[in-house]
Amino acid sequence: MEFLIQLLNGVQYGLLLFLLASGLTLIFGIMGVVNLAHGSFYMLGAYLGYALSTQFGSLTLAIIGGAILAVAFGWALEWLLFRHFYERDHLDQVLLTFGLIYIFEELRSILWGDDVHSMPIPDLLSASIPLTENLSYPVYRLFISGVCIALALALYLLIAKTRLGMKIRAGAFNRDMTEALGINIKLIHAVVFALGIGLAAVAGIIAAPIASVYPNMGSQVLIMCFVVVVIGGIGSVRGALISALLVGLVDTFGKVWLSSVSGMLVYALMAIVLLWKPEGLFKQ
Amino acid sequence: MSRVKANIEVLPRSVQVLLAFGLVALVIFPFSATDFYIQSVTRMMILAIFAMSLDLLQGVTGLVSLGHAAFFGLAGYALAYLMPQNVAASLWLTLPLAVLAAALAALVIGFFVVRTHGIYFIMVTMAFAQMVFYLFFDNKALGSSDGLYINFKPSVVLWGWPMMDLDNKTTFYYFVLGALVLVYAFLRRLLWSPFGRALGGIRINEQRMRALGYTTFGYKLSAFTLAGALAGLAGFLWAAQTGYINPELMGFHMSAHAVMMVILGGMGNFAGAIVGAFSFEYVLEVFKDLPTLGSIDLGKHWQLWIGLFIVLVVIVAPRGLLGLTQSWRGRRKAGDE
Repeated sequence: MEFLIQLLNGVQYGLLLFLLASGLTLIFGIMGVVNLAHGSFYMLGAYLGYALSTQFGSLTLAIIGGAILAVAFGWALEWLLFRHFYERDHLDQVLLTFGLIYIFEELRSILWGDDVHSMPIPDLLSASIPLTENLSYPVYRLFISGVCIALALALYLLIAKTRLGMKIRAGAFNRDMTEALGINIKLIHAVVFALGIGLAAVAGIIAAPIASVYPNMGSQVLIMCFVVVVIGGIGSVRGALISALLVGLVDTFGKVWLSSVSGMLVYALMAIVLLWKPEGLFKQ
Repeated sequence: MSRVKANIEVLPRSVQVLLAFGLVALVIFPFSATDFYIQSVTRMMILAIFAMSLDLLQGVTGLVSLGHAAFFGLAGYALAYLMPQNVAASLWLTLPLAVLAAALAALVIGFFVVRTHGIYFIMVTMAFAQMVFYLFFDNKALGSSDGLYINFKPSVVLWGWPMMDLDNKTTFYYFVLGALVLVYAFLRRLLWSPFGRALGGIRINEQRMRALGYTTFGYKLSAFTLAGALAGLAGFLWAAQTGYINPELMGFHMSAHAVMMVILGGMGNFAGAIVGAFSFEYVLEVFKDLPTLGSIDLGKHWQLWIGLFIVLVVIVAPRGLLGLTQSWRGRRKAGDE
């Protein structure tokens, strides 16, 4: 039973990482942009969720409202800054997004202060499922996994089955040819960017009740996402899913079985993958 | 693309003159300054060494590392371990060992990271540096998040004769200045050596270098190790100056600041890294010391200003301050990019 709980925790953490890493890997795969500020969107999402849920007292409203605001914000940011950096050197993109980290961090501090906030779990989801006499599993964690799976499925359907998804894949495969066929590639880019930001923000909102909300929460998650993307192969959403689950499980079970080196275990996994397949497991 | 990347190591006469003036200014500076400013400029010089070590990777070899601070911090930690609680350890022992520790770490991490390219290299260096960060952050024996104190400055004794007293702030200043000049001279020589030319070749076209028979893996790993060692030298000096070391010095922000310094000055010629380190550190201090206007404490929001500053630099002067003077003089023809 202990094993089952850790397994569920690992899967839940992995699925959450997938929501973040899928946006990161899509934005890189299609626009070629390294986005260091991706973790900041996770943080802004969490704070936004905190603010909305204390305002309206509803997690559902917080998720929907937060997602809409984040997508709008991502859209504006793409239009204002990022679209001018698609053709630029990775170095410039790194610095641009590093500058943005500072800006977002300070805006967060001005808007919400530097305190740690905890976000209550809504009553509907606050129950626990009893497994044995003294072990139980919180419903809210299952809810997180459920939301992540639903969004992953939606993402898969969007990319694999819809007309828009076809255009996105075409744009990733050959940008100039896609544009020559009369498809508005700039619009596609804006959609993908806003979508990635939205996913990161939603991940922040739904994680907030179990992870609480604190300054600099974005940077740790960003580096985990990098590990996921490096293992999975840049640009591959399928790779991101599998490697996110792998990282989630290794990290969770590492904390239980090898607690003294648990912090380094995920990086060791990455090192092994690099030796074996320097371009990631599912390089497209 | 390759034309922009080529010939960045040549320093125009105007920059050479600027550097000479800068050196004279640094030599006479302690005569007219208080201890506070002497320490401040010492810190800038240490960061200049750090930035130059990164420039060897970023500007010369074309490898953008977002984890360079790991080696900076490791050498600082090495000094903290080598320094006993109640007596000063010798510089002749601590300095080589600290630099060696940083070089060794760079060799091991480099073995993994230099097989990756471009964006992967950026992400992987960042991830490995974070691994080192957490190793120190999580372990009580390694000082954890509080860091470690270094009670003494290393003693410099030559055959029983005390050569210099690093506790004296002016002496330490000149010691760091000497290190800065030596590292700069060494790297400039290296740049024009066959090894340095090969690194430049890798930056411009690695495939072609491999076709010419160069084992680029070995060259890149050597550059990574050397850069790590020099970052270690800077970290050693930093720890010796402040007498304190904590994991933040190996953190992601420190690494990114170094990247910013190299970009701000101009890559690939080491002079730019020095100019960048001084400028960035100066700007940072100015932002932190901004006055209170009305009810708003501008200095408290320094992160906002430095963020805007970085974004502005990337938009306005992506080739750095030295690059700005060049395009200003019309040396770059339109359409070069």
